[in-house]
Amino acid sequence: MLSLLVRRTAQMLFVMAGISILVFLIFFATPGSDPASRIAGRNASPEVLAAVRHDFGLDRPLPVQYALMMQHLFITHDLTSFVNRGQRVIPEVIEAAPVTLSLVLGAAVFWVIGSIGIGVLAAATRDSVVDRLLMAAGLIGISMPVYWLGEIVNLVTQSRFHDTWLFSWVPPLGYTAFTEDPWLWFKTLLLPWMTLAILYIGLYGRVLRANLVEAMQEDYIRTARAKGLSESRILLHHALRTSLIAFVTLFGLDFGALVGGGALLTEVVFGLQGVGKLTYDALRNLDLPVIMATVMYASFFVVFANALVDITYATLDPRVRLA
Amino acid sequence: MEGALLDVRDLRVSFRTERGLLRAVDTISFRVDTHEIVGVVGESGSGKTVSLMSVMGLITDPNAVIEGSILYKGRELVGLSQRQLRSVRGSEIAMIFQDPMTALTPVYTIGWQIEEQIRAHLDLSRTQARRRAIELLGEVGIADPASAVDRFPHELSGGMRQRAFIAMALSCKPSLLIADEPTTALDVTVQAQILELLGKLRRDFGSSIIIVTHDLGVVAEIADRVMVMYAGRIVERVSKRDIFTRPWHPYTWGLHDSIPPLQGKKPHRLPSIPGSPPSLTSLPPGCAFSPRCRYRFDRCAERPALEGEEGHAAACHLSLEERARLYASRRREAP
Repeated sequence: MLSLLVRRTAQMLFVMAGISILVFLIFFATPGSDPASRIAGRNASPEVLAAVRHDFGLDRPLPVQYALMMQHLFITHDLTSFVNRGQRVIPEVIEAAPVTLSLVLGAAVFWVIGSIGIGVLAAATRDSVVDRLLMAAGLIGISMPVYWLGEIVNLVTQSRFHDTWLFSWVPPLGYTAFTEDPWLWFKTLLLPWMTLAILYIGLYGRVLRANLVEAMQEDYIRTARAKGLSESRILLHHALRTSLIAFVTLFGLDFGALVGGGALLTEVVFGLQGVGKLTYDALRNLDLPVIMATVMYASFFVVFANALVDITYATLDPRVRLA
Repeated sequence: MEGALLDVRDLRVSFRTERGLLRAVDTISFRVDTHEIVGVVGESGSGKTVSLMSVMGLITDPNAVIEGSILYKGRELVGLSQRQLRSVRGSEIAMIFQDPMTALTPVYTIGWQIEEQIRAHLDLSRTQARRRAIELLGEVGIADPASAVDRFPHELSGGMRQRAFIAMALSCKPSLLIADEPTTALDVTVQAQILELLGKLRRDFGSSIIIVTHDLGVVAEIADRVMVMYAGRIVERVSKRDIFTRPWHPYTWGLHDSIPPLQGKKPHRLPSIPGSPPSLTSLPPGCAFSPRCRYRFDRCAERPALEGEEGHAAACHLSLEERARLYASRRREAP
């Protein structure tokens, strides 16, 4: 267990170092990307450009620039934004992280429960009308872009039908911290959760159904039948357990990516100032310190989520434990 | 017909396919008495497994049509709902399969899977079921059953896995055990041990056993009676002694010849049955074996009935005297 932990940490550090170098090179060393001219604005005179370059340390050799940035980010924690001078980057990320985590964690609860429910029900009623309807609904869920769905949800709940009994509880867009008012936190996030989860419910439900149907062809299912077990027990105890492997793999990838800023569209539509929004704004301004910080944060979560996936594998399938 | 544990009459299993009705099992009848071990022999696709799966009601293909009658202890099994069959499966009739690696759920321990079966049929607490599981593992000859009970299937050797599987099948003391090629996936020394174990089970538990195999050696080892199947039909029903000394059906002779002789001159090549098993969708109209039979004659265009004396019957138009003569001369003629 300890060696696994050490290995995982080393792996994470390696991935994060690689990503930081890559991101740095993309923004600083790609031909034609001159951060100084971006910062100085259009039509800046060469003198101003030189001053900016010196000011931001952009005239120093690349390795030094990289080392300095890492030092500010990880050691002194005082990395400042290029765009809003004096704005510390790390507090910004720390402020945005709970918003994204609340959004993604909540949505994950919905999509795990929803997709397992749909997948199992569809597999149990295989080839029936129920199965077809569920799979069609899943396809519709996958096909609806989240920004469109979010806007429709907002239109209905914030504007058109807000004054009816059905949606009068919906608070205005924005975010309320859980520590401030848990109930309001829940109410604000409920619709974003469902909006974000719908795509994944459809996707995961379909994947799980396919895996369950495949597992039901296995020899051990025949054994379970020969043992005189009920169909529901066979499905839930024998088929589902082995089918969850693909599900968990997908979950790890998607969850890591979403926490790392992939929920941008949902955040923008629902006015949530999360990490996705922060990254997006930073990218538009080419605010490299902020980009660097959010990317580091994201890579941490991707690796972290994958470690969790591996642990889950070992619990699901004892054959993995030896390896 | 008193005392039959299992009485199968005119069983037909067909599958609706795109190319028409495929008759996997064509009107077979047989019975199994208490304490009896019956071997079912035939090549792949001869309907051995399908006919026994239908006894258990395990054919879940919606395109399967099962007709005829399967009486178990006088109770009709054909037409029972899955729910009704559940009380029979596992507790009255148990089944063991060819490959215990794939037939055991890989993610649960042996003990868990045995307990599951016990608790599905008997009203026992978890601790009692576990104690029973350990007992059973001991009975099937697993060393240190108390630790084996917590092992996963992949942590046991093939022979141990099959033993554990047998322990599971026996957990509710079934009256009938159906063993579908239980030794095929095992190496030869382990095969002998497993067969010995099955023989011991009959003595200790009083179970009847139907053993499906394509290996006449297995039959010689354990069975009392044998049914030889070909293309979904029973072609010969014979006692163990007679199958080796005076088999009646040319197909059985062919099976017989494919075993290397232990005594006498070593044959240059083992004789084989020419041709290959027919496709079940395009069976010849008469005797299904006739296209491959060296002794075919005009009457073979008609389907032969299973006829003979008590305990020995064959579906062949050759007369008894001809059979005896042909069987005796067959060795010399063989290429």
